[in-house]
Amino acid sequence: MIEIRWHGRGGQGAVTSVEMLALAAIEAGKYAQGFPAFGPERRGAPVMAFNRVSDKPIKIRSGIYQPDVVVVLDPSLVGLVPVTDGLKPAGILIVNTAKPAEEIRKKLNYKGKLFTVDATHIAREELGLPIANTTMLGAVLKATGVLGLNAMKSPVEHRFGRVASKNLSAMKRAFSEMKAAKAA
Amino acid sequence: MAKKKTVQKKWPETWQELNPGCMVFAAGNAANYKTGSWKSQRPVWDNAKCIKCGICYIFCPEGCIQETKDGFYEANLDYCKGCGICAHECWPGAIVMREEEE
Amino acid sequence: MGKRVGMEVAIAAAEAVALCNIDVAAVYPITPQSHIAEHMADIIHDGRIDAEFITVESEHSAISALAGASAAGARAYTATSSQGLMLMHEILPIVSAMRLPICMANANRAVSGPLNIWNDHTDIMPQRDSGWICLFTENGQEAIDLSIMSFKIAEDPEVMLPCVVNIDGFQLTHMIEPLEFPSQAEVAKFLPPRKPFAQLHPDNPISMGCFAMPDTYTETVKAKEVALQGAKKVVIRVFSEWAKRFGRKYGVVETYRAKDAETLMLTMGSMGETAATAVDEMRKKGKKVGLVKLRLWRPFPVEEFKAAIAGCKTLVVMDRALSTGGAGGPVATDIKSILYGEKKKPRVLNVVAGLGGRDLTVGDFVNMFGLANKKKNEIFEFYGVRE
Repeated sequence: MIEIRWHGRGGQGAVTSVEMLALAAIEAGKYAQGFPAFGPERRGAPVMAFNRVSDKPIKIRSGIYQPDVVVVLDPSLVGLVPVTDGLKPAGILIVNTAKPAEEIRKKLNYKGKLFTVDATHIAREELGLPIANTTMLGAVLKATGVLGLNAMKSPVEHRFGRVASKNLSAMKRAFSEMKAAKAA
Repeated sequence: MAKKKTVQKKWPETWQELNPGCMVFAAGNAANYKTGSWKSQRPVWDNAKCIKCGICYIFCPEGCIQETKDGFYEANLDYCKGCGICAHECWPGAIVMREEEE
Repeated sequence: MGKRVGMEVAIAAAEAVALCNIDVAAVYPITPQSHIAEHMADIIHDGRIDAEFITVESEHSAISALAGASAAGARAYTATSSQGLMLMHEILPIVSAMRLPICMANANRAVSGPLNIWNDHTDIMPQRDSGWICLFTENGQEAIDLSIMSFKIAEDPEVMLPCVVNIDGFQLTHMIEPLEFPSQAEVAKFLPPRKPFAQLHPDNPISMGCFAMPDTYTETVKAKEVALQGAKKVVIRVFSEWAKRFGRKYGVVETYRAKDAETLMLTMGSMGETAATAVDEMRKKGKKVGLVKLRLWRPFPVEEFKAAIAGCKTLVVMDRALSTGGAGGPVATDIKSILYGEKKKPRVLNVVAGLGGRDLTVGDFVNMFGLANKKKNEIFEFYGVRE
């Protein structure tokens, strides 16, 4: 089982991301959960959302405190909220940022596996909007290998209708443009 | 074998005899309860003053006032509770409330 | 068999009810139930089912409107949570006393105050004595299955009582997970249209919701008690028909690795899955632990419960609510009453935990199993309260 924690801001679509990933995994025959940090919705405030994906039925109904993967949707959250809290020693951190990986490492005092991608830039070019939630899904798929890119097609088309293809190409670009940072 | 005598019961005696949800299937059975014994006063009509407007009939909360053959009104004293609303509403003053004991 | 889909559980609960040929829904939105209310309104507004959606001004009105609809013979549905359920409280025992088979989903949430929108069972417990059949669900699939079964149970001529299906708020309602839906045709075969025992109709006037004097009221209470206790065998019958048709087995009390367990834990609702994972972890280490899950809370399945715990030394009863000022959680209080007259009975520990959305992890359940090793026995204890 892989456990993923997403950090975003209210309104940036972190919950949509976990929904897309869960639906794609379920459609691919896996078991999955997608859920928000329970509570009221607050636009602009730092929020979290979660995924569990497994080949076996998932029998846990609690929150995720030791994730295998942490995804940071909004560059401004680095240093603002403790994004690496509880991340497993062998875990993966994926950050949407235009900055060099070394700078992220320093700011977070983080020595584990790190991937960066300028998803906001990609989203702006592909969607015309600085909303990086679907774009970052491409990065997550690449870094984790939990699903192939094709698995996202059906849920994204169902959810986004006529703008689905733009979201899918943004996802594809993040998949190929994401960089693995040098080991610390 | 002696035929079992059936007695009409006023209400169910055992819990098994209750209808589900205490539903009452006999429509209009409130007529079995003669509430006329509750009253201490009864309405009396002076038909010389009555203009046959029927306002007593309309206002009677018990629905016990009926029109007579000649168009006047009277109360069915089996059900009249003696509330006096008919007398209060009768603006020509044709109804007065009299003590039951009189 | 149905198609496997990914869906949020609250949406799925509404979709399940849409398969049930309902006539009237009156649902007032409240967190964390709102997605049920919104989706039910969408389904009816879009004309996907032939039903009336009444936009009521409160939960009190919702249940009152449904009492009228159900008395007129309709298959009626509502959903609520927490304060909404508290506002319905006045009408709940009237609905059961009138033997109206209304079905309801309750997205379990703590009651105010202080204001808290998160999961526990403090909303349903004050409704415990209202004469409703009360079922708990452990996951989204059970929310679908029991929502459909609830109509069949409630409307059975031997039952004719309302039924509430408890779906833990957020923990279940806001979870996207894999689910299977039976087809419309399969549900239609399982659940034929309601045949009311009696209904309000101008052509055939009857009286419902009558008055009872001291010389009759006790008999009405006894009749209602016998009806509710009798509902258990119908619940069991409907569960077994469901298993035959759809392959998923349900019990009024269910056990997990309980056979040779020395310590058993009893849970209700979504706690069951996390607790089961804790049992697996402890079994790996050779600990003789197991789980008992109470699915049917009212009527309390006394015989099935006794059979499920027979042979265990310690029973840890989890309560996600507290009878304030009383003798612990409501579930444990019942269980202790049931066991009092038994010659052979386990030691019962009552743990009140997971209140107002306080998360319970696998580790927490392992810790709570550990309480069985304590020498001293409190009447109940809070788990995880800061002192």
